[in-house]
Amino acid sequence: MVKDIEIRSSPHLKRKMTVDRIMRSVVLALMPISAFAVWQFGLSALLLLVTTTGVAVLTEWFFARQSGQGNTIGDWSAVITGLLLGLTLPPGFPLWMAAVAAFVAIALGKALFGGLGYNVMNPALVGRAFVQAAFPVAITTWTPAFAPGRFVELIPSTLTLPFMQPVPVADWVAGLNLDGWTGATPLAMQKFQHLEAPLTDAFTGLIAGSAGETSALLILLCGLWLAWRRMLDWRIPVSVLAGAALTALPFWLLDPHLYPSPGFVLCSGGLMLAAWFMASDMVASPVTAKGAILYGLFIGVLTVVIRLFGGLPEGVMYAILLGNAVGPLISSWTQPRVYGSK
Amino acid sequence: MNADVQTQPPPAATPAWLMLRTLVVIAVISGLLVVVAYQTTLPLIADKQRILTERLVFQVLPGAATKRDFVVTAERHLEPASAGVVGDPVYAAYDAAGRLVGLAITGTGAGYAGPVRVMFAYDPGCRCITGSKVLKSNETPGFGDKLDTDPAFLENFKALDASLNAEGTALANAIVTVKHGTKTDPWQIDAITGATVSSRAMGRAANQAAQRAIPAIQRELATLSQPN
Amino acid sequence: MAETANQGAGKEASAFLFEREESLTADTFIRGLWKENPVFVMLLGMCPTLAVTNSTLNALGMGLSTTFVLIFSGALVSSLRNWIPKQVRIASYIVIIATFVTLVDYLIQAISLELYAALGAFIQLIVVNCIILGRAEAYASKQRLLPTIVNSLGTGVGFTLALLSLGTVRELLGSGSILGVQLFSDNFQGWVIMMLPPGGFFVLGTWLLFFNWLRLRKQHPAPSGATVHAR
Repeated sequence: MVKDIEIRSSPHLKRKMTVDRIMRSVVLALMPISAFAVWQFGLSALLLLVTTTGVAVLTEWFFARQSGQGNTIGDWSAVITGLLLGLTLPPGFPLWMAAVAAFVAIALGKALFGGLGYNVMNPALVGRAFVQAAFPVAITTWTPAFAPGRFVELIPSTLTLPFMQPVPVADWVAGLNLDGWTGATPLAMQKFQHLEAPLTDAFTGLIAGSAGETSALLILLCGLWLAWRRMLDWRIPVSVLAGAALTALPFWLLDPHLYPSPGFVLCSGGLMLAAWFMASDMVASPVTAKGAILYGLFIGVLTVVIRLFGGLPEGVMYAILLGNAVGPLISSWTQPRVYGSK
Repeated sequence: MNADVQTQPPPAATPAWLMLRTLVVIAVISGLLVVVAYQTTLPLIADKQRILTERLVFQVLPGAATKRDFVVTAERHLEPASAGVVGDPVYAAYDAAGRLVGLAITGTGAGYAGPVRVMFAYDPGCRCITGSKVLKSNETPGFGDKLDTDPAFLENFKALDASLNAEGTALANAIVTVKHGTKTDPWQIDAITGATVSSRAMGRAANQAAQRAIPAIQRELATLSQPN
Repeated sequence: MAETANQGAGKEASAFLFEREESLTADTFIRGLWKENPVFVMLLGMCPTLAVTNSTLNALGMGLSTTFVLIFSGALVSSLRNWIPKQVRIASYIVIIATFVTLVDYLIQAISLELYAALGAFIQLIVVNCIILGRAEAYASKQRLLPTIVNSLGTGVGFTLALLSLGTVRELLGSGSILGVQLFSDNFQGWVIMMLPPGGFFVLGTWLLFFNWLRLRKQHPAPSGATVHAR
């Protein structure tokens, strides 16, 4: 086989670690999380994930073709963006808004910068930040998990007509006759009413929240699998979580009634998903080992600071976007010293 | 002496008086134009302002046909509005028969994005606030601008208790904004979910307006009630 | 080919400094609309462009006010051009511009207090709008009265059209209306972001993208590769 002989400088022995191989593994790792979201929230969550993924792939196809890059769908990165975006949205989010989010994620977050490998920020979070600013009410309207008819009926707001206000879900939720449902996520309840949900529920995911952010346990397992396969830099999620827990600890010790416990901080909201699957975005995070740790700590600290002192219950999205923005700076600060130089 | 300096052409000699003359002429033209424009538009603007205030007062106090302007001074005295008197405006509104309908008072509270300025209707009969209208706010569109439109929130201002303490110097109970769904007393305002900060600004504005103006109003109620 | 050459030459001639007095042609007016559009080509006056275009009416009010100041300050600068010594020209121009801005300020108050409240401090800030000082320095100070008025009008209309193209999009998406007239049912979901400053950036960026795409397509009518199969 003449083709296999390489007349180049080393390395000659390589693993077949290509972009689409890594991306396929990430999609695979996201599958259990998506399945859990569908089991928990039913048909609406399924449609939401299908919509965001479909629109993301279509947008990717359109822009890649316009810019003459050929077909870039095969690298699976648009699928990841679509899936991650869908997992961070509330399960009853109107599909047309989800489509807007997915379009913005790929068009504004990725295609305008030149496609995969050139995006400054995590595309899924760019899309989510856009709809957070555009539709602040819809994106904070939560519906209960494990509604009895979730596999045969949709959450009423899912099929809202394009450009129209979401169909109110209050009556539908009241019709479910659920005890103790307040319409708030554990995170919002902690922030505004200082009621902490049981840690085991938050850990296993038997709570309300965005479609795929509820089960910290499942996300942890999927993330660990990727890290074990060396498909993500373990330093980033570990330092994000460490940064968050260490920032929350002194406040909790000061006043356990007012501030959440570090365990609750780690298991609630989107922190777990964001730490393992979004902060670790290979393009938008620093490349050096020291840089990765700094970057992770920055995101973790900022998340907790926003949660505790900001106007919003969840801060991990803005923390990661800001982390992405300072990523290149961190990279250049932490360049390893060339051996022998001062 | 540097050779470079010498090779440059000498600057054009513009006499100082020429520059001064130009600036003076332009300043005179400018002054004339501005003064003429100010004098011409002054009555028009005053007229617009008067109509706007009247419209707002009649909006918060339905049934009003005429109004008289007063001012609460820094010493908490109610005086008829005139050129020399400074303070917060109070508008007394009367119906067609000349009976006092109510009073419009204004207050300011710090909101999410700067101060929120609100006009409130005060009914001396029930000693309560009976209406509100936001005059100026920079609150987020879609969130904070519900202050003027949210029906459930406006329900707070149908009969918001503003009775005075025994001495008549301040409110018996300060007006406060409480979290959505926890209103228990008539002097509390039930906040809008998702717009708590803006709702609080509204409560602070109501409290400020009431604390400042209502003691003075109640003291002068006899004069105010006289039909003019 | 010849056309592109002409365009290049035209660009040279219409660059900021005119050595000679220009005679009045259609181009004196049209230039400001497209080739030298203050917002989309020169990227001047960004502050009002982003800040007050959240509704069509605000955009129109700001555009017309600026046009008014452009025309009158241009006319006065042009009439006095042989009287103003070079050393005091900036001071003179600024005083002249500030005068007309003050006039506009009073005029708008007299016309509509609502519009005045909506435009806020941006009326006074027309003083430092670089489009106006730019026109005074680059054109009015060197040209005769009539071409100056026509050129200022063109620039002003170009600015107004640019603001309107932002204002209509933002109002349509932000509140589902044009000039305050609701186009959809009451159930319309406004895009809050469009009413906030970031919306201004997004819409401006999208328009710039569109106009640059048009310009590129004009320069290279049939490039190889991408756009061929896109069509």
